[in-house]
Amino acid sequence: MLFPAPKNSDPTGANRVVVTGAGIVTALGIGWQKNAEGFRAGRNAFRPVTLFDVSRQRSKIAAEVDLPAELPTTKLSPNSICRLNRASKMLLIAAHEAWTQAGWNAVENLPVVIGTTSGEMAFGENYLQQAVRFPYSKKAQPTRVVHYQAQQQGLDLCNAFDFSGPVTIVSNACASGANAIGHAFETLRGGHAEKILTGGYDSLCQLTFAGFDSLQALSPTPCRPFDAQRDGLTLGEGAAILTLETLEHARKRNAEVLGEITGYGATTDTHHLTQPHPEGKAAFTAMTSACACAKISPEQIHYVNAHGTATPHNDATESVAINRWATDYAKNLPVSSTKSCSGHLLGAAGAVEAVACLMALRGQWLPPQTSLHKIDPACNFEIVRQPVDKKIGTALSNSFGFGGANASLIFRRWP
Amino acid sequence: MSRIFVHGLGAVSPAGWGVPALRDALKRNSPVQAQTMVRPGWKKPLHVRPVPEPVSRPVFFDHPRLRRANLIAQFTVAAALEALGKNVSLVQGGRIRLGIIVGVMAGGVNYSRRFYEEVLQNPRTASPIIFPETVFNAPASHLAAFLGSEMISYTLVGDDGTFLQGVAIAAQWLTDGKVDACLVIGAEETDWIVADAMKLFRRKTIHGAGAGAILLKKDSGSGAIAELTVITDSFPFTQSQSRFETARRMRAHLPSCAPNELLCCGEQDAAENAAWKDWAGARLAPKAILGEAFVAFAAWQCVAACESIRQSEFTAANISVVGVNQQAVGARFLACADAS
Repeated sequence: MLFPAPKNSDPTGANRVVVTGAGIVTALGIGWQKNAEGFRAGRNAFRPVTLFDVSRQRSKIAAEVDLPAELPTTKLSPNSICRLNRASKMLLIAAHEAWTQAGWNAVENLPVVIGTTSGEMAFGENYLQQAVRFPYSKKAQPTRVVHYQAQQQGLDLCNAFDFSGPVTIVSNACASGANAIGHAFETLRGGHAEKILTGGYDSLCQLTFAGFDSLQALSPTPCRPFDAQRDGLTLGEGAAILTLETLEHARKRNAEVLGEITGYGATTDTHHLTQPHPEGKAAFTAMTSACACAKISPEQIHYVNAHGTATPHNDATESVAINRWATDYAKNLPVSSTKSCSGHLLGAAGAVEAVACLMALRGQWLPPQTSLHKIDPACNFEIVRQPVDKKIGTALSNSFGFGGANASLIFRRWP
Repeated sequence: MSRIFVHGLGAVSPAGWGVPALRDALKRNSPVQAQTMVRPGWKKPLHVRPVPEPVSRPVFFDHPRLRRANLIAQFTVAAALEALGKNVSLVQGGRIRLGIIVGVMAGGVNYSRRFYEEVLQNPRTASPIIFPETVFNAPASHLAAFLGSEMISYTLVGDDGTFLQGVAIAAQWLTDGKVDACLVIGAEETDWIVADAMKLFRRKTIHGAGAGAILLKKDSGSGAIAELTVITDSFPFTQSQSRFETARRMRAHLPSCAPNELLCCGEQDAAENAAWKDWAGARLAPKAILGEAFVAFAAWQCVAACESIRQSEFTAANISVVGVNQQAVGARFLACADAS
């Protein structure tokens, strides 16, 4: 039953929640190892866009994923596989890595909570183009309609790994992935489930690329978050999936634990549809709520993976919020935005950055921003600029989206 | 176990603005007149059931965030404000911590189509005003801004059953003490591209628009309309589970027919009809009257069911949702002894 809650539920949220599997696909590469190497070195993956025509756009670069020729073996039928487009493929590859690492088996009633901004938007674009140019042609249109929709990607996961359970799609713009993980965390913490497959995904498409370009939010050069002369974001694409379980469940089956999620805060910035409030009140509250949830203070956070899009507005607001939240501790707080490597992955961003935090916690290093020229003086905190090894126990990841969707997640090193 | 109560209802539908218009249309039990909509490139128009113009212009249309907002945002806000009733000032005054959950399937498709058409013509001149309205969570954002609510807000995407998933999340937030009240809204808008796509699968179904909203709280005191007692598991349509099987399993989670109970269902689906063939009690099937409006439709089902409880027509109402392409999920509402 989705309601009432199961008898073992606990509104006080006493259950600890751990990550037992993580899968990731970005332009840095496929899988944990390649992405860890890329994030650790601060390598950027930007290149000219090849997926659609950008000749009339101001920006012409993005972080495109090189998809493998073959998908991993799953229970999906050959017919189903040939209908998958980029977003679905990236999601499936990331899910397969996480699922395999966790060693999960097919079960009934395994919840899926995933975030995306546009699902398989390229199918929607193709549908409209054909509907306008060839109004009476139905060729391939039914497939486009079905596979355009985000719920189909969730059902594809059920079919790929032969499980069933509620598929929940969170679409909170660029905070979608973080909200999905946060919701999964709260569901497990409250005892509403024992394990959940969660994360986020998004692929590059012409509509969103042109949309951000129309807002003059795209930089013509690789993005430089928190740079004094930053001039916009660079889009990317990818997917990241986590297998989350209660600690009790993971221990029962002797699962290897990659890290623990200890805090989640979510708020709404009501200032403007696309611009955050200059004082960053909602961002501050999200970070503060996440710390309260984790029962720790900002001084106990050892690294912040910032939303850091490199737009003038976002980074200014986030700087104010971090300065206020960390107070005097800010000067000792390492902060970086891994969007300088992978680009802004929209609905996948929060999930990819969650995995980046887990990588940093497991490897005991900090992801640098090597493209930074001159730090914005508004930053009272330390921006990580060079690859560095560091003992860190906790990391906080910020995700802020259009519509004022703000989310912060806190991760703890395991053990 | 925490108990969850419905404290407010709101609706914007092809029948008009407000729950009374919805209720009157369902009472009449005859389909709302369909309108024609031009389908570019076709000689014949499409038929849809849009929301009629409001009798008088709602004041909230003048809010800076809503002047240029798409129709789906206007429907969302209207339904939400009706459900909130006197609670609006409490939310705006910061005396109620309000969670907001908006469920959509097609979402703000008018502006998405329009923006992409502009991109195809010339991306240099595509409108930066329209693009932000294309994101799924724009209606939730506008509503939060209107109410000044900075609490948690989710926009969920999926088929009709997404509305009940949203209700379940609201119940979780209330149970966990995260919010004092939670609005759950299902909303859709009409567009030729959606009506065109629907014809590929169900030729006779007419696409409708609007929104439905319910306000949930933990307290059973003054103003409680009905008690939420069950939301079944969500049974997804997978390779190993047919629509018929999911509908049957959903139905098995809900009680047998009892006197003075209502079944509020879709009634245009063979799987759903098979699952409920034993039901001998009263049925309400709004789809034939209002059209197919995906998540908004499931919201209307709940609103209509709770309204019938408020009117003391039934002591219990069961909601059956066998969605378009994702899941079967059901719910049950009971009259509450404390309801005023």
